[in-house]
Amino acid sequence: MGCGISSSMKDKKSEKALKAALVIQNWYRGHSAQLKTRQRYALTIFQSIEYADEQGQLELSNFFSFMLENYTRVLEEDPELVTHLSDSNIQDKDRQDYWVLIDVPDSYCGPRLQFPLTFTDIDLLIEAFKQQQILHAYYVLEVLFETKKLLQQMPNFTHIKTSPSKEITICGDLHGKLDDLFLIYHKNGLPSVSNPYVFNGDFVDRGKNSMEILMILFVSFLVYPSDLHLNRGNHEDFMMNMRYGFTNEVLHKYKLHGKKILQVLEDIYTWLPIGTIIDNEILVIHGGISESTDLNLLHRIERNKLKSVLMPPIPIDGDHATEKGNKVGTTITARGIRTNGSLSEQLTKHEWEQVIDILWSDPRGKRGCYPNTGRGGGCYFGPDITSKILNKYQLKMLIRSHECKPEGYEICHDGKVITVFSASNYYEEGSNRGAYIRVSSGSPPRFFQYQVTRATCFRPLYQRVNAVESRAIRMLKERMISQKTDLIRVFQLQDSSKSGKLSVGQWAFSMENILGLNLPWRSLSSHLVTTDKDGNVDYMSSFQDIHIQKPVKEVQSTLIETVYRYRSDLQIIFNVIDANHSGLISMEEFRSIWKLFKSHYRVCVDDSQLDELTERMDLNKDGSIDFNEFLKAFYVVHKFDKLSKSDTKVL
Amino acid sequence: MADDRDREGTEIAVAEFHKKIKDAFEVFDHESNNTVDVREIGTIIRSLGCCPSEGELHDLIAEVEEEEPTGYIRFEKFLPVMTEVLLERRYRPIPEDTLHRAFEVLDPAKRGFLSKEELIKHMTGEGEPFSQEEMEEMLSAAIDPESNSIHYKDYITMMVIDEN
Repeated sequence: MGCGISSSMKDKKSEKALKAALVIQNWYRGHSAQLKTRQRYALTIFQSIEYADEQGQLELSNFFSFMLENYTRVLEEDPELVTHLSDSNIQDKDRQDYWVLIDVPDSYCGPRLQFPLTFTDIDLLIEAFKQQQILHAYYVLEVLFETKKLLQQMPNFTHIKTSPSKEITICGDLHGKLDDLFLIYHKNGLPSVSNPYVFNGDFVDRGKNSMEILMILFVSFLVYPSDLHLNRGNHEDFMMNMRYGFTNEVLHKYKLHGKKILQVLEDIYTWLPIGTIIDNEILVIHGGISESTDLNLLHRIERNKLKSVLMPPIPIDGDHATEKGNKVGTTITARGIRTNGSLSEQLTKHEWEQVIDILWSDPRGKRGCYPNTGRGGGCYFGPDITSKILNKYQLKMLIRSHECKPEGYEICHDGKVITVFSASNYYEEGSNRGAYIRVSSGSPPRFFQYQVTRATCFRPLYQRVNAVESRAIRMLKERMISQKTDLIRVFQLQDSSKSGKLSVGQWAFSMENILGLNLPWRSLSSHLVTTDKDGNVDYMSSFQDIHIQKPVKEVQSTLIETVYRYRSDLQIIFNVIDANHSGLISMEEFRSIWKLFKSHYRVCVDDSQLDELTERMDLNKDGSIDFNEFLKAFYVVHKFDKLSKSDTKVL
Repeated sequence: MADDRDREGTEIAVAEFHKKIKDAFEVFDHESNNTVDVREIGTIIRSLGCCPSEGELHDLIAEVEEEEPTGYIRFEKFLPVMTEVLLERRYRPIPEDTLHRAFEVLDPAKRGFLSKEELIKHMTGEGEPFSQEEMEEMLSAAIDPESNSIHYKDYITMMVIDEN
């Protein structure tokens, strides 16, 4: 061929090829952008729902306050409730020592720890957990008691010094994702005197290995108490654990001693330090700050008095103490409701608020300090607040965690605030990377990112995005079905011609209002409803392929929806009432609680319907309800699904 | 009369475009302060269904940037420009058959596939070349590992189904 082709033909050919390449590149970039956007939308959905749930958690704590305030009245009406609610009378001292009596059988082939612990025990645990072994309750309790003793000696804030040759590594939320901890220890080295670490809270909940993470971290801490620093996160809180899975994990893995372990953990959480300060320059805390953050106060408070950061001090106002006369404070613990707490066992409201701010706040671009309406606790703080507080205490930077970031970390507020999040694939396989930071005085922080991928599971981006997106949409649909009646009411109000159709704008407005989720509804509409060629939405189409299973046919939809929507809250309430963990409550107790619940949450449900329901569900006809079974009976059915039960992560 | 209705129709369309643009913008507005990183503007514009070339994107960014570029684009500047783009239906996406023909041009022997090396050569050597990351990303989904080539008809079909 060679010289046979004229140069103009060659040009023409290459021009065609160039144009073709341009077409493909253009198309690909559009396609890739669509994928990234869908991924981002999915994350937004997960995050909105997560924060709305956290708000639900805080509302629940308000309910508990409400319940306790009405406690005496309940007592009078229902003396049986008292026996379930009151604290058992075992002395603390006895509790402390009983664990030594636990027998570790010869048949146990899991790891055996040797006290005093050394670095070999860290390796031992890692190897054992990699093979999915479970540490025997005896060793768990031994570790927990030793950890508690050591934590009690720690101040609220640990002051650390680094040097150019001794960097410190800061890790964010792990949330029970053991593979991420393995990866960090593997990539960054095990903790040691020359390789110190700060773990910035939220070690537990959501992932399925919270126990193992705690064990590795606590053992690391016991071996290197001056070089392994643990800060409390908002999930180091027994009430959060009840909702977000850790309590279940413990009770499931430790059927005999789980309750004991939970009790000890409740105490340990309160002894976790609030934060660390590095080189007098960097403040490391879990959530954030507020305009009134007072580090001096926070250094001084008795941090162990905060049982659950979600339980505001009761009485709510210090002034009411005299009003209530000789009524001593009541509080809720993992052991149930205790009536023998006194006021001196609690922090003041101001102190409590200071700690909530530290554990729950989020930075935002808007200047000023606003209530954190997304989560329902703490605040949103702007760059001006950051500058003000950092300057006030002569600090240069704030490193915090608490929020999942697609790249594992994010810098904001002009470089003064860094978020670090260490649980990769937090919402779903492929949802985000994890990261950790290495810091030393005199150098800028160095960031390390990673993403745990099971070797067999490596998939191209579009498949991962599909998976994340489907899961997000599924969760969203379940939220929708749990408020079906309210949604339909609002849709029909706007549909004056009763056509069954609304404009996209009307539909989006209704969705946002009823569900209370700030999401890009227009962009999501194609996944949730059918639209006709004029762009109008057939609003009933969302509910066609999904419904809540009705445990009893004759019961109204509103009751079913209400119980389904509040199932997490009800589970927690029942668990707290059922202090001896029998799994059962009596019909009368159920009715009392339901009455309080109805009144506080203002739900409009016919009481007779509830009776109908509980009568049918009291299968033993012995007057008691197995509440776990009761709540499990309410689940969402996705019509075109291989699985018949919802597989969402809640409880 | 007809004019009034037209105007009203356009007003409603504009209002809907505004909301769509706001939705897309907010998803990338991490700090909730009505700005996005300039490096994400391309993704936002494309998520709204437009397919500007890199050169056209460059021009658009220049329109919405500050006088002194800060690395951030403000929503107030982005909204009017993007609304115009949507109203004028600029930068329409590539239809499936055009895409298919483009692959065929690069495959003059009409084998039905391109080898991995050929794909890399064209995508990184000509037109508005891919970055290494873009190339790797495309390869992970497009290349059939057994033959080390991209069977473009199947690939296109798969991607298009996915988008819908």
